[in-house]
Amino acid sequence: MKSREDSELGIPGEIHARPVRKPGPVVAAIVVLIFALMLAHGIVTNPNFDWPTVWMYLFNENVLSGIGWTLKLTLYSMIIATVLAIILAVMRKSSNPVLRWVSWYFIWFFRGTPVYTQLIFWGLFAVLIPRLAVGVPFGPEFWSIDTKSVVTASVAAVLGLGLNEAAYLSEIVRAGIEAVDDGQTEAAQALGMRRSLIMRRIILPQAMRIIVPPTGNETIGMLKTTSLVLAVPFNLELQFATNAIASRIYKPIPLLLVASIWYLVITTILMILQAQLEKHFGKGFDKSSLSHAGKSAAIDHPTGESAMEAARMNKVKMGGLNA
Amino acid sequence: MSGDTAEIEIRGVHKAFGSLHVLKGIDIDIPRGSVTAILGPSGSGKSTLLRMINQLETRTAGDILVHGDLIGYRRIGTGADATLQELDDKAIAEQRAKIGMVFQRFNLFPHKTAIDNVMEAPIHVAHRSKADARDEAIRQLTRVGLADRLDYYPSQLSGGQQQRVAIARALAMHPNIMLFDEPTSALDPELVGEVLSVMRQVAEEGMTMVVVTHEMGFAREVADQIIFLDEGVVVEHGGPEIIDNPQTTRFQAFLKSVL
Repeated sequence: MKSREDSELGIPGEIHARPVRKPGPVVAAIVVLIFALMLAHGIVTNPNFDWPTVWMYLFNENVLSGIGWTLKLTLYSMIIATVLAIILAVMRKSSNPVLRWVSWYFIWFFRGTPVYTQLIFWGLFAVLIPRLAVGVPFGPEFWSIDTKSVVTASVAAVLGLGLNEAAYLSEIVRAGIEAVDDGQTEAAQALGMRRSLIMRRIILPQAMRIIVPPTGNETIGMLKTTSLVLAVPFNLELQFATNAIASRIYKPIPLLLVASIWYLVITTILMILQAQLEKHFGKGFDKSSLSHAGKSAAIDHPTGESAMEAARMNKVKMGGLNA
Repeated sequence: MSGDTAEIEIRGVHKAFGSLHVLKGIDIDIPRGSVTAILGPSGSGKSTLLRMINQLETRTAGDILVHGDLIGYRRIGTGADATLQELDDKAIAEQRAKIGMVFQRFNLFPHKTAIDNVMEAPIHVAHRSKADARDEAIRQLTRVGLADRLDYYPSQLSGGQQQRVAIARALAMHPNIMLFDEPTSALDPELVGEVLSVMRQVAEEGMTMVVVTHEMGFAREVADQIIFLDEGVVVEHGGPEIIDNPQTTRFQAFLKSVL
């Protein structure tokens, strides 16, 4: 068996033992493969799935534009959510009690009511509050505008999704901030860094490592939550576009398949992006830093380092797939 | 002692955590350029005392002055009307920037390489240029014997190397005072020596140092002043010779337990 090669050191009598036979993976692979083939065969040959119709509509103009809108809604709402979430989480940790309470109430409200209901209210925003004005509180107005022209259906959809998501994300950010060791803050304070600088330069970059995996999870969740914007009503995104075609041609199943295929494609891309982000924010963190730092030995040998790098990348990959 | 020579003046300092009275009236003068070793059993309040010098811990009573400036507060009014005003985040940060500190658990920034750890405060606190900060960081890391580890992350360094980076990080801010909080307690025994020799070198260059330590050999050889704390009070206080000639049974018992 030629599984291992002689080490560079040329140690005499190096052991090249046969590994223990492990039939488990082979047996499992055969069983899984048989089931997978049966399943695939069943799906492909079953006329009820109507694959010709799936192919016909997979690259349909409305479907493609639906994908575009779904991606835009996901992207914009996640940007709003991330920015707001960091602000809310930092407010929650502020020494200013008013900011703490504002953050608490925001989270309480936007997490405590259904996102569907929130989207309906955002859709009705222009009806409930017809004009937006800038002026002295309770006094004269300097400038005002018709709400309809500002809060359009797409803006209402993005705001509704973004504000709701911010409430959830801010708890993730807060957990990330709290996971950073207090010694980091003390060391930064001792160097003369101010609170805001410590948060920006020391705490948040380390918290990102903890924040990214669940945020990837939330982003993938958001991708599908965008289908709820029909509550606004906003009706250009992927789910609505495929539903519209389905009800026009009376074939719901193939168009659900079209939507599912595209959701899977996008999710796959997002997972790859997430793995890249995790790799970036995982810099400097690896197994040896998890054990007690003082007890870890020096790694002088360059090969040791690259082995560690490889191990870390494996770990990152696993993390990405888990989420 | 007069204000000219005392770099740090600790006057009647008390600390209570709730009902726990940790420090019960401490008075110490720390002359400029001297090395003071604070000894004591765990729970004696020695780390708390050290952490109060740069306001990482607030004091319950008493004054701490560095260069004659009150740490953490500003005195308003005189005589019976005198009261203290807490300093804001910015003012406290400015006071801390002149006092370096080294921690038991190193507390290096794990997401930054050794050189980035050292450059962080000079760039973002002292607002030096990146090139200057980099030169300075290389100088400091060379001084602690880590010129060949500039781009290593803390997790790739041994404990002793990490602690030396931490010392370089503190020195890069050109502090007037260095505080060491049990700097070798988290190290494997064979790594203690490299950290102590760097500390000795810093002491020889005339830095005012306050060191909380269990290393009696270091205290005896390097310290100018020994403070033995127990149960929140200074039990013995003197030159390094007091280690060899303890006067109280408490100090005797402590020395017996650590030697």
